[in-house]
Amino acid sequence: MAVYRYPSPLGSEITSEGAYLNRRSLIAGALASIPLLHGVEASAETLKSKPGPFSTDETPTSFMDVTNYNNFYEFGSGKSDPASNSGDFRPEPWTLEVGGLVAKPKTFDLDELRGFDLEDRLYRMRCVEAWSMVIPWIGFPLSALLDQVEPLGSAKYVAFETVVRPEEMGGQRGLFQPLPWPYVEGLRLDEARHPLAILAVGLYGQTLPNQNGAPVRLVVPWKYGFKGIKSIVKMTLVEEQPVSSWERLQPSEYGFYANVNPAVDHPRWSQATEIRIGEGGFLSPGRRETLPFNGYAEQVASIYDGMDLAANY
Amino acid sequence: MIASRVWRSASVWLVYVVGFVPAAWYFYLGATGQIPGNAVKVFEHLLGVWALRFLLVTLAVTPIRDLFGINLIRYRRALGLLAFWYVVMHFSTYMILDQALNFQVIVNDIAKRPFITIGMASFALLIPLAITSNSWSIRKLGSRWNSLHKLSYVIILGGALHYLMAVRVITPEPAIYMAIAAVLVGYRLFFRSRVLAWRKQRRAVAMAR
Ligand code: HEM
Repeated sequence: MAVYRYPSPLGSEITSEGAYLNRRSLIAGALASIPLLHGVEASAETLKSKPGPFSTDETPTSFMDVTNYNNFYEFGSGKSDPASNSGDFRPEPWTLEVGGLVAKPKTFDLDELRGFDLEDRLYRMRCVEAWSMVIPWIGFPLSALLDQVEPLGSAKYVAFETVVRPEEMGGQRGLFQPLPWPYVEGLRLDEARHPLAILAVGLYGQTLPNQNGAPVRLVVPWKYGFKGIKSIVKMTLVEEQPVSSWERLQPSEYGFYANVNPAVDHPRWSQATEIRIGEGGFLSPGRRETLPFNGYAEQVASIYDGMDLAANY
Repeated sequence: MIASRVWRSASVWLVYVVGFVPAAWYFYLGATGQIPGNAVKVFEHLLGVWALRFLLVTLAVTPIRDLFGINLIRYRRALGLLAFWYVVMHFSTYMILDQALNFQVIVNDIAKRPFITIGMASFALLIPLAITSNSWSIRKLGSRWNSLHKLSYVIILGGALHYLMAVRVITPEPAIYMAIAAVLVGYRLFFRSRVLAWRKQRRAVAMAR
């Protein structure tokens, strides 16, 4: 595997602790002021976490927007469907099976997943549909989990799979099903081991709401949001590059890499700019320039050295 | 008699007023921060879908009269103009709120992205129909008015195709709109003359008795 170096500043170098604490109280305030939201059921638990690296100092998108404007096709293809239709979903108990080309295959239960050293990561999230949010995730580096299962030398990729439960997920029932199930995704092993890549088990200080991919989901902030596969039940280390769900559906529009790239348009819209949800108001929404690798180029660009990013979109 | 005439013209105005309610209501929700997430996109989509609904209803007026004998022709102009104004609002929302009048992006979108090119073509074709939707033009243009307004069949197919191509995955809604559009155009092209001939014949038989 290629050896690369990435700068990994401490959280405290980016954001002063005062500002950080201040932000946390902002978050708590935002939480407290919206008690009755769709699909945010009483079962949400508070999670203990410590500040992690790579957090942005941008203002977090409101809890209301983060939990009510989602793409999660298992609950329907409308943006408000996941919040409205995920009430029957039961994320507990849960198991995540990790196998394939590993020395020590292991099935993790929820306590084990939440038992990793949980960190706060305030990340930008850029959807392929040209909108973005800033989300305070709680999670742990995916590499920490991979270390436990000890990938073999032959393992080159990680393939991910979402749960299939038609009885709890309306989008998986009926005549019209937008995507084949299970939803699948993949990362190159060095991408999966990158310290920016986390498995999130919570946001805004509490366990993940169903519509955000409860109880465990992938967050890879330099890639378009659809790479962040939700409600993961299975991870398999493999040798061949897996085909992801959107790539299979429409290969000319969605690639395997899906790195955020303002220079490569989606065939049906420009990726040069994005609307930051919750900014600027209805009459002048906050459109801003999209940054290469969603602003994480300093950390990740080197792992794609020599690769044609326009061909490998 | 007078009362019924008053009601007739008032009912046309009522169609306009009710027709603008969805736009006004969602504008209000958006402007007061009650649409979570990407409010502008939600508004833009809603206007597009209502434009398509009004186009379909406008074109359904004639078959409804042919087949069921219910005459709604009085409302047809209002319905067609509502469709036009919803497309205008849809287009303005896209240009002003969504793209912040970045003309480079807008021109590029219209030229390069087939679903937007098709939407723009449908909009362009709607303009002469809207301009000639008044009694003076109908009188002035005579039978050419009818020929001109046959463009509405191209527009509805274009609008429905634009919708089908705009979505990321095929869901029932755009497919249903396309199916209804196809049925309306098919009726006009292949069945209407037969239905009318059959009705005329039936009437002639009835009179002969
Ligand atoms: C007869 C004319 C038109 C009709 C009936 C129409 C209708 C629609 C409908 C139904 C949608 C999909 C909404 C959804 O996904 O729920 C849509 C999307 C869209 N329309 Fe139109 N439209 C028309 C003209 C135009 C024009 C002239 C433009 C701009 C030049 C335009 C730009 C767009 C864009 C950009 C979208 C996609 C929005 C997005 O998902 O990002 N449309 N339209």
